[in-house]
Amino acid sequence: MSENLEAFRSEIRAWLEANCPAEMREPMKSEDDTYWGGRKAVFKSEAQKAWFEACRDKGYTVPDWPKAYGGAGLSAAETKVLREEMARINARSPLSSFGIWMLGPALLQFGTEDQKVHYLNQIARGEIRWCQGYSEPGSGSDLVSLQTFGEDKGDHWVVNGQKIWTSYADKADWIFCLVRTDKTNKYQGITFMLFDMESPGVSTKPILLISGNSPFCETFFDNVKVPKDQFVGTVNRGWDVAKYLLGHEREMISAGGAGADMVSAGALYAKSLGKNANGELDDPILRAKMAEFDVDVFAFRAMGERFMDMWKTGRAHPASSNMMKYSGTELNKRRYELVMSGSGSEGLEWESDESRNGASARTWLRTKANSIEGGTSEVMLNVISKRILELPGG
Amino acid sequence: MPLYHSEDQAMLKDSVAPFIADAAPVSHLRKLRDSKDETGFSRDLWKQFAEMGFSGVLVPEDKGGLGLGHAEAGIILEEIGRNLTPSPFLATSVAAASALKAAGGAVADEWLPRIAAGDAIIAPAIDESARHRPERTALKAERSGNGFKLSGTKTFVISGHVADMLLVAARTAGAPGETDGLTLFAVPRDAAGLTADPRRLVDSSLASKLTLDGVEVTADAVIGEVDGGWSAMAPLLAAARAGASAELLGVGQGAMDMTMTYLKQRKQFGQLIGEFQALQHRAAHLYSEMEIARATVMKAQQLLDEGNEGAELMVSVAKAKAGAATNLAVREGVQMHGGIGMTDEYDIGLYTKRDRALAEFMGDVSYHTDRVARLNGY
Ligand SMILES: Cc1cc2nc3c(=O)[nH]c(=O)nc-3n(C[C@H](O)[C@H](O)[C@H](O)COP(=O)(O)OP(=O)(O)OC[C@H]3O[C@@H](n4cnc5c(N)ncnc54)[C@H](O)[C@@H]3O)c2cc1C
Ligand SMILES: Cc1cc2nc3c(=O)[nH]c(=O)nc-3n(C[C@H](O)[C@H](O)[C@H](O)COP(=O)(O)OP(=O)(O)OC[C@H]3O[C@@H](n4cnc5c(N)ncnc54)[C@H](O)[C@@H]3O)c2cc1C
Repeated sequence: MSENLEAFRSEIRAWLEANCPAEMREPMKSEDDTYWGGRKAVFKSEAQKAWFEACRDKGYTVPDWPKAYGGAGLSAAETKVLREEMARINARSPLSSFGIWMLGPALLQFGTEDQKVHYLNQIARGEIRWCQGYSEPGSGSDLVSLQTFGEDKGDHWVVNGQKIWTSYADKADWIFCLVRTDKTNKYQGITFMLFDMESPGVSTKPILLISGNSPFCETFFDNVKVPKDQFVGTVNRGWDVAKYLLGHEREMISAGGAGADMVSAGALYAKSLGKNANGELDDPILRAKMAEFDVDVFAFRAMGERFMDMWKTGRAHPASSNMMKYSGTELNKRRYELVMSGSGSEGLEWESDESRNGASARTWLRTKANSIEGGTSEVMLNVISKRILELPGG
Repeated sequence: MPLYHSEDQAMLKDSVAPFIADAAPVSHLRKLRDSKDETGFSRDLWKQFAEMGFSGVLVPEDKGGLGLGHAEAGIILEEIGRNLTPSPFLATSVAAASALKAAGGAVADEWLPRIAAGDAIIAPAIDESARHRPERTALKAERSGNGFKLSGTKTFVISGHVADMLLVAARTAGAPGETDGLTLFAVPRDAAGLTADPRRLVDSSLASKLTLDGVEVTADAVIGEVDGGWSAMAPLLAAARAGASAELLGVGQGAMDMTMTYLKQRKQFGQLIGEFQALQHRAAHLYSEMEIARATVMKAQQLLDEGNEGAELMVSVAKAKAGAATNLAVREGVQMHGGIGMTDEYDIGLYTKRDRALAEFMGDVSYHTDRVARLNGY
């Protein structure tokens, strides 16, 4: 077994050497270096295109999905080796996708065979870009109170309502969406639907964020016709799918938070802070904060590894993704507070070439959402205390 | 290797946990404490540890041990921590065994089988000041005939007064602050000129101040190389630190479990206090920190067992993180128990005391946090 893994590791190394362009081994310069796929996708460079296509053809955009669904059919252990080898050369993710992180796992669990073959292949090949239609103006943390309504018209539903905070709704091709289909039952009256964002009656309006970017939208549904076969799981039991998907969303958000850049904070800012005669950063208080942060980052990295090992083999408590989401996102917010302190006045630049158009400051502001999106930290703590610690009440 | 217990490790845990919980629960500590026991632990229990194979967990099989690793030692240590069991296990079976194993030679051949058989208590004598600063070792060892003469003092030597042998870090060259020029000696406790002055600590364990007044040892007492003692001390320190982290984890887990149980029993304002969100959120935060600390400890043990070069960093991360998480567990423990948590009769206070002692052993949270910074070049 381990011998096979070692052989696999050498195979992967050789493949990466041959297929991962040098440019794809550099840290991303800004958010728009991310490749999201979809009908409207454009590659930023030849290297980005080559890297994406090489991975797509091997099934490495979703290495652990079955081959029939566009994956590479790797075992958990092989997937880990692939991830380690990609991380070793700092390879960029070939494809970022809500389809991979969220919808895919939900389809694998709840989809029909036809849905799996159809949608999963599209996701794996980056053909369709998805967005998530959960939140509504009156339903944030209390998501199950959602009001968007799908009226039964025999062979289709007619959907009316409003979603909010829909990330990239204006760039997405399809939406996975929670729709109330039974007003008499709060939990068992929601259906998990999939539909084309080009359907008549769908419109989006961007929302500008404090980062100066506007990745989110308000999304409006005005008599949108959704065919009756475009639901996942069981009609009126979409909440089960939604919750399962949220587990994966949290896993993804927390992994992003901790896995993103593993360079020690202190080492990163050694240049801007300068060193004293003993070779220590010459701001002792900031040095101490960075060291404390580094302890927590290295610790969380170990937790990430343990969580993945346990999650993939079914050993993890189902609610442990809430713990990962809570800890990982709070940690990432701390990272960017330190980034801003460590870079001093340079970090304040908002519109200059040197600052790559204020990348640090904009990311710092973006991270504030980490402990809100996908469920707030407070909601994560509620779930941990109820489901893992089994504390009483509510 | 995946970061969870293998089947064999889970089986070991299944035999260790009930054994320790039964033979040495917290009441065992209370009994030793209340009778002002002068050994500080039960020799009978130590014999049983040997019979179960625990004391030789890190000792190679050809020396009578189980030949297992730090991960398995950690399983035993966690249960010791959870039950607040007074035991020479960490000092003898983990710290000393690791140094002897790394150095090899005649001393190792003599003492490793005795560790496994439960016939020997060995106490590392490293620190000389109130803060853990191993490289600042100043205790002098001068050549004398074909042996050495040791003079100086040591402090915080756990089980120093009852040890059969002490592993004494001494300076044979160089200046305090340097890791070169150190030598590790095996010194029998009954050596002429050596006195151990035991002090009862806050957690009711006993640690000694040691005075060496021209203690003569032969060249055979050198563990590893003369002036190159750091290569035997480094594995000792790594093992002791990773081990202390595992024991701390057990202490924190024990305190947290007690507290969660209390939150589900105690009623105030007509409801269980565990229903108050103010407490639930803190409990959930504590749980998260403990889980992260656990992953860190397991990772450090795995890296040590693999001989991975990243082990040193992860050991310091583990000691810092387990230290911080367990400290949170005992602080929240007392607070959430309300007034009763302040009473001697309730165990949570004992957890608080053991946390403090273990936190200090082999470097506290700030020492290891600083070390993480240094290892990262700042
Ligand atoms: C960057 C970003 C991207 C997002 N992307 C999407 C997306 O693509 N699709 C989508 O559907 N949604 C998306 N969201 C929405 C996100 O899921 C919601 O913002 C989130 O669930 C919180 O809801 P809310 O904003 O209405 O806050 P509220 O629920 O109004 O919460 C306000 C405050 O009250 C606290 N609170 C609420 N309930 C409790 C409670 N029971 N106990 C204790 N405290 C409580 C919260 O923790 C928070 O601090 C995104 C959000 C962000 C920030
Ligand atoms: C050293 C000491 C001296 C004392 N001296 C005196 C004295 O002289 N005279 C006297 O009458 N009393 C005295 N007390 C008792 C003291 O007033 C009580 O211990 C205190 O009021 C807390 O009550 P409790 O111990 O029953 O804790 P509990 O009320 O059982 O509380 C347990 C935990 O639950 C929390 N909790 C309880 N209710 C809520 C809530 N609604 N929301 C959130 N959290 C909650 C508490 O904060 C605590 O963390 C003394 C206590 C101590 C420790």
